[in-house]
Amino acid sequence: MTFRKYLVLAGVTVCAAVGDSLLSRGMKEAGAISFQHLSSLILAILNPWVALGILLLLGFFASYMTALSWADLTYVLPATSLGYVLLALIARFLLHEQISATRWLGIALISAGVGFVTRGPELTQYPVEHALQEGATVQHQRTRAHD
Amino acid sequence: MTRQIISTWSSVAAIVITSCAGDVLLSRAMKQVGDVGELWHRTGVLNVIGRIVRNPWFICGVLCMTLAFYSLLFALSWNDVSLIGPAAAALTFIANAIAAKTFLHERVDRRRWIAALLVAGGVILLAA
Repeated sequence: MTFRKYLVLAGVTVCAAVGDSLLSRGMKEAGAISFQHLSSLILAILNPWVALGILLLLGFFASYMTALSWADLTYVLPATSLGYVLLALIARFLLHEQISATRWLGIALISAGVGFVTRGPELTQYPVEHALQEGATVQHQRTRAHD
Repeated sequence: MTRQIISTWSSVAAIVITSCAGDVLLSRAMKQVGDVGELWHRTGVLNVIGRIVRNPWFICGVLCMTLAFYSLLFALSWNDVSLIGPAAAALTFIANAIAAKTFLHERVDRRRWIAALLVAGGVILLAA
């Protein structure tokens, strides 16, 4: 794992957590949306919080796709679950909400999970004969031959 | 009462199945595309985006993610956020570990199982 790859994982984590909280804030301002007034859903995009939230969620998707291009799904998902912790810390220190002991325990468990998975390898190395059936590895070898 | 329970858990199941399928399909697509950073460096960003959006697994994955999003919206309109959200998130971590092992042949060793279970437990406690 290089520093840039950790940066991509941090991008996934931060964009998802901050994007979600921005959307939630904006949608509360925009008010409840009923099925009779679906047009208000389009107007909600004009809310600056919602617009910024959508932008961050696009950033999340881009960095998530990038991470999946070089790491296993079972590595990326736990490694980026620090976003839940970040959401709780935003609530504690920016919104001044109280965090109960159970929540601190939850934060500790998630952090332990992240610590566990990031100490292992990020990508499964396939044996050669198996790799030949996999499009990904074949493509990888093809591109390597170009170099 | 029983109807409520059935509707709650069937919507949780719908969210978990669709988002899990989406994650697996997207992961498969991106493994076929190859290392994005390296490709970007060599062929430019437009080429990379073109390769990604033309990948059939990617299209299926986005479709599943859209389904997951709408099942979440529908579930939230019938049920309590504090149950649906963490239940679906925690179960998705575990379902993804099983699906990645089965369909993507990822090596889900003891380390990754422990990580998935710790995160799932932590998500439930955070919502408690």
